[in-house]
Amino acid sequence: MSAPTSPLATVEIVVNGTRRRAVVEPRTTLVDFLRDHLGLTGTHVGCEHGICGACSVLLEGDPVRACCLFAVQVDGMSVTTVEGLAPARGQLSKLQDAFCEAHALQCGYCTPGMLIACHDLLARNPHPSEAEIREAIGGNLCRCTGYQQIVDAVKLATGQGAAHG
Amino acid sequence: MKAAPFAFIRAESLDHVLEQLARHGGEAKPIAGGQSLVPMMAMRLARPALLVDINRLPELKTLEIGPRRVVMGATSRQRDIEENAALNRVVPLLREAVRWVGHVQTRNRGTVGGSLAHADPSAELPLAALVLDATLVLRSQAEGQRRVAATDFLIAPMVTATGEAECLAAIEWPVWEGPGVACAFEEVAIRHGDFAMASAACQLQLDAAGICRRAAIGLGGVAGTPLAFPDLAAALLGRRIEPRLAHDIAEEAAARAEPGSDPHADAEYRRHLAAVLLRRALLRAAAGVPAMAAA
Amino acid sequence: MADTPPFRYVGKHRRAVEHRRFVTGQGRYAADIRLPGLLHVAIVASPHASARILSIDTAAALAMPGVHAVLTGEEMQPELDPMLPGVDAPEVRRFPLARGIVRYAGEWVVAVAAETRAIAEDAAELVEVEYEPTPHVVDPEAAIHPGAPLVHPAHGSNVIFRREFVWGPVEQDFTAATHSLSYRVRWSRSATVPIETFVCTSAWNDATGILDVWASIQMPKFPDLLARCLRLPGNAVRVHFDVDVGGSYGVKRGLKHAILVGYLARRLGRPVRFLEDRLENMRGGDMQGPDRIFDVALAFDGDGTIRSMRMRALDDVGAYSGRAPLQLGKPVGAIVGPYTIGSVAYEAISVLTNKTPQEAVRGFGQSPTNYAIEIGLDKVARFLGLDRIELRRRNLIPADRFPYLIPSGTHYDSGDYAAVLDKALAAAPYAELLRQRDALRAEGKLAGIGISTCLEPSGGNSSFEPLFNPKNTTTTWMDSCLVRVDLSGAVTAVMATSSSGQAHETLVSTVVGEVLQRHPDSIRVIHADSLNALPSNSPVGSRMAIMLGGAAAGAAKRVRAKLLRIAAHNLGVAEAELGWEDGSAFVMTDPSRCLTWARLVEIAHREFHSLPPGMEPGLQEKFVWEVPTGGMLPTPDGRIQMYPCHSFEAHVVLASIDPETGKVALHRYVVGHDCGVMISPDVVHGMTYGGVAHGLGAALMEKFAFSPEGQLLSGSFMDYLLPSAQEVPAITIVDHCTPSPLTEFGQKGSGEAGYLGGPAAIASAINDALAPEGAAVDALPMTPAAIWRALRAAMVARTEPVREPA
Repeated sequence: MSAPTSPLATVEIVVNGTRRRAVVEPRTTLVDFLRDHLGLTGTHVGCEHGICGACSVLLEGDPVRACCLFAVQVDGMSVTTVEGLAPARGQLSKLQDAFCEAHALQCGYCTPGMLIACHDLLARNPHPSEAEIREAIGGNLCRCTGYQQIVDAVKLATGQGAAHG
Repeated sequence: MKAAPFAFIRAESLDHVLEQLARHGGEAKPIAGGQSLVPMMAMRLARPALLVDINRLPELKTLEIGPRRVVMGATSRQRDIEENAALNRVVPLLREAVRWVGHVQTRNRGTVGGSLAHADPSAELPLAALVLDATLVLRSQAEGQRRVAATDFLIAPMVTATGEAECLAAIEWPVWEGPGVACAFEEVAIRHGDFAMASAACQLQLDAAGICRRAAIGLGGVAGTPLAFPDLAAALLGRRIEPRLAHDIAEEAAARAEPGSDPHADAEYRRHLAAVLLRRALLRAAAGVPAMAAA
Repeated sequence: MADTPPFRYVGKHRRAVEHRRFVTGQGRYAADIRLPGLLHVAIVASPHASARILSIDTAAALAMPGVHAVLTGEEMQPELDPMLPGVDAPEVRRFPLARGIVRYAGEWVVAVAAETRAIAEDAAELVEVEYEPTPHVVDPEAAIHPGAPLVHPAHGSNVIFRREFVWGPVEQDFTAATHSLSYRVRWSRSATVPIETFVCTSAWNDATGILDVWASIQMPKFPDLLARCLRLPGNAVRVHFDVDVGGSYGVKRGLKHAILVGYLARRLGRPVRFLEDRLENMRGGDMQGPDRIFDVALAFDGDGTIRSMRMRALDDVGAYSGRAPLQLGKPVGAIVGPYTIGSVAYEAISVLTNKTPQEAVRGFGQSPTNYAIEIGLDKVARFLGLDRIELRRRNLIPADRFPYLIPSGTHYDSGDYAAVLDKALAAAPYAELLRQRDALRAEGKLAGIGISTCLEPSGGNSSFEPLFNPKNTTTTWMDSCLVRVDLSGAVTAVMATSSSGQAHETLVSTVVGEVLQRHPDSIRVIHADSLNALPSNSPVGSRMAIMLGGAAAGAAKRVRAKLLRIAAHNLGVAEAELGWEDGSAFVMTDPSRCLTWARLVEIAHREFHSLPPGMEPGLQEKFVWEVPTGGMLPTPDGRIQMYPCHSFEAHVVLASIDPETGKVALHRYVVGHDCGVMISPDVVHGMTYGGVAHGLGAALMEKFAFSPEGQLLSGSFMDYLLPSAQEVPAITIVDHCTPSPLTEFGQKGSGEAGYLGGPAAIASAINDALAPEGAAVDALPMTPAAIWRALRAAMVARTEPVREPA
């Protein structure tokens, strides 16, 4: 088995509003690019085969699995990670704040992906039902929370009461 | 799980894709949504030497809705299929199928062509293509264009009729003209969004008296490819879709399945599921219930 | 909750301190640590369940640019001490890399260290290993038969531990009882499978002789064991506990990962990281969970009183052993569940097979045991035609019997089980569940209500160690906290272990704030490293609210006592005359005579002349303490006080089954929960919801399935199914509080809530739904296929003609 040539590529991707440039192997996934090349370690790796959702980021505003994309594919596009969700340094978005208030996380590992999924949900649907919230985060696995308080947090962020104590 | 090394080209046109595929043969692979391909590459089960990215080609994202058929570019995103009301009116089975596919994130990137080219025996879109007798349009540098019926396109698990130098460019979905068209897609998986342990799809056209005038039925996840049953569908014509008939047709179809076994579901169970789901699909379609079944 | 004393901070809603960094993506997980020159490891694993290694050719891999080492067990083992099991089986030795023999498919054989993980994987593919497969055994019942292939021939058998305990007059009680029934249930291998895999980064410094370690670790005595295996003195290993761990729930005991990485770091003089990918984790990370066959017999009277129980638990630990066999020991401390069962015979058998090794899983064996007991309660009820709730009421330990001594020697500290059950039933509400159940049945579904009432022992004491290994005389199971107040009056508390989502920083700052009456948000909690830490035994066994909470309170009380002494000395009054408010001391009869916090701190730090004679200057106090009720060895017949505090949960679940597909829907899920005083209610509730989800997974869909050839069939997330938000229902928790008499605030532990009673409750619901069809499922997971098969078997049994014996 001969190794094919793998010429390095230069990519330019707007990440959290800032144009970032790096030289990468084509096989570098978007999540590895963000973490290793840009030092944005807020996006996490959980499975590397597109199931757990811990690597979720917004690509041109849509949530995608960053482990299922190569950085070279995203050249010239824009990406938002968890580090780009807060309105400003030292502040939290409404959703991030609601996550804290409703205790919607424990170990924090799935949290960036959850926030990305929920941000997208609220951008499309400002008053989601419980079923819609669960569907929106259905592709983000969590082993700590049992999802209850995450659902509560989204309801809180949208001015709806939490159903369960 | 890092992919084996490969070279990468972003296609500038479809001709560019075809030229690369012709030059590199089986060593080059087009990449669209990547939701199936990239995990396989991460596990080193797929090792193309060259990836040709086709995501940004406008000629593969077209959607022409005509009176007799819909011509859909291969890199149409699954998400867009879900949300297109005009498409849903003329090929309602597509939305019924896509709603079972994966999750929001995967449908944002996953493409219709990608799912068909991947040809997982449990996948929803290949079943829909087979049931509707869709036509796959393959392009290559050498032959120009080749139109292949779904039944000839889906050959075996993960194996299609796509040649090494060919790229799936479009899918033609037949439109059933006239009133009284209803469809249903049923599936059982352990979790939402998983591949089905078994699935069933049907599209019917009933006249004003409720008599079936046109039918297409199929099963997924119970053989090496999805299965369609034109002869059993023909047996529905001129009849009312009643429980006894639906049951018998479904049983017969399931009897012809060749399901496999895995830790989640053994063959006998899958065969049984297939019969149950096809019966339910027929009855639901006949009753004209449009919504996806609740979990 | 009428008994809860009024607290200022304890028991209140409060935002967790940790969340601020997690929601902004500023957590610091072990894979986030950046070190210049870091090398990355990839593994070559055995494809065979059992084989001799004939040769290993590393030349091509070593020649690849960017590769720094290709390490085999042959090179590595002579320089290491083995990892040993928790039971007395010194011939069952484990090393990070196999040497000469592989014992399970997935066992690590060669480790490649390279400039990037991708290059390491490229090189790993070039390593050529020649194997000669040998006979293997994967079925635990086959493994205990003489003649089965031996996983560790030097050990002489595949049984790594076996002991039978008899507590009380079992024989007599079975004879005297009106009825008995027996059954078998199977708890299949599952585990808590955190979303973060195990990661270990290590750096060796020649000049200082220190090995620095950053790992996603949740393991008692990890630094000591690591040092020992690497043949380093304990003070040469510095484990950094300020690493955020992405979930563990027991399993992150990556000692073999750390030994490998530490060894490579020393040998190569470069920092090294091993970040398991998901495939390595599932198959070779050795983090799978209990895998049990229970054979149980219950002796009972016509009124449902359960007199006695015989339980045989056969557990398949896989090819090597860490603490896994001890997971048969911990349940001894709650072997009768919440019931007044008078005598118990318990046989625990731990078996080796050629499969991935087990590790500690949330509850340390209690959840499978609870499942086995609860299935029996339901069977007794069905046998007698008694309501399952009523049967439980007749057997639950009454509230006036605490502290209650169970036959195996543990006292349950406090509880009111009937009250918790009542609250859960009222919250459902039960009458409504009955109505819904009947409506579902009328629609053609099968429907049932599940009940479980289960013990949640807490306060993690390792008394199962001497119980299962008389050579192990460990009775110390301590934890600690240091509280210091700096010159500015700011408070810092130092804890001695890593956290994996339990919000310990929130716990400690709440407790210290409560004692000092300073606002918890002003109190910083940091994690020490293993060189400057006070002793700790890690968050295991639901112990930290008790032990770390107790230590934090103890240290804070010492600080407060010191300040009061300073105040008394400076105000010229006796300490008894002083009141304490918001960190200031005042004379109770004349509050204008007071010394503020700032002033007291100043005196402590700067004014030696104002200190009482003999007092240490500065303001820092430590507290190290032993687990309450700990410190004893077991009796010869194996009776022991296992854990100190006993929480309790009652689950009520409404489930329906589509009879044609076997698919389950959960319509209502209520948990009544009593863990004494909750220091951080949000944290407790969160972990309970999460525990319910873990339990649901184990009950309905999670299984590490192996082929007859010992190949792991569910080695990725495509086949090992974790429940999502669309599988876990909405959950209602109702709280009750019976404070523990043993702890500072009356708190009990609660890290395992939801998981310990969940699978039992879901099994109860499924079987209640299946009962009218004459069907039952006695194995987990209860997949749609398994349920359908049970229904079919019942249908066939019903329709088969009865044959007269010839």
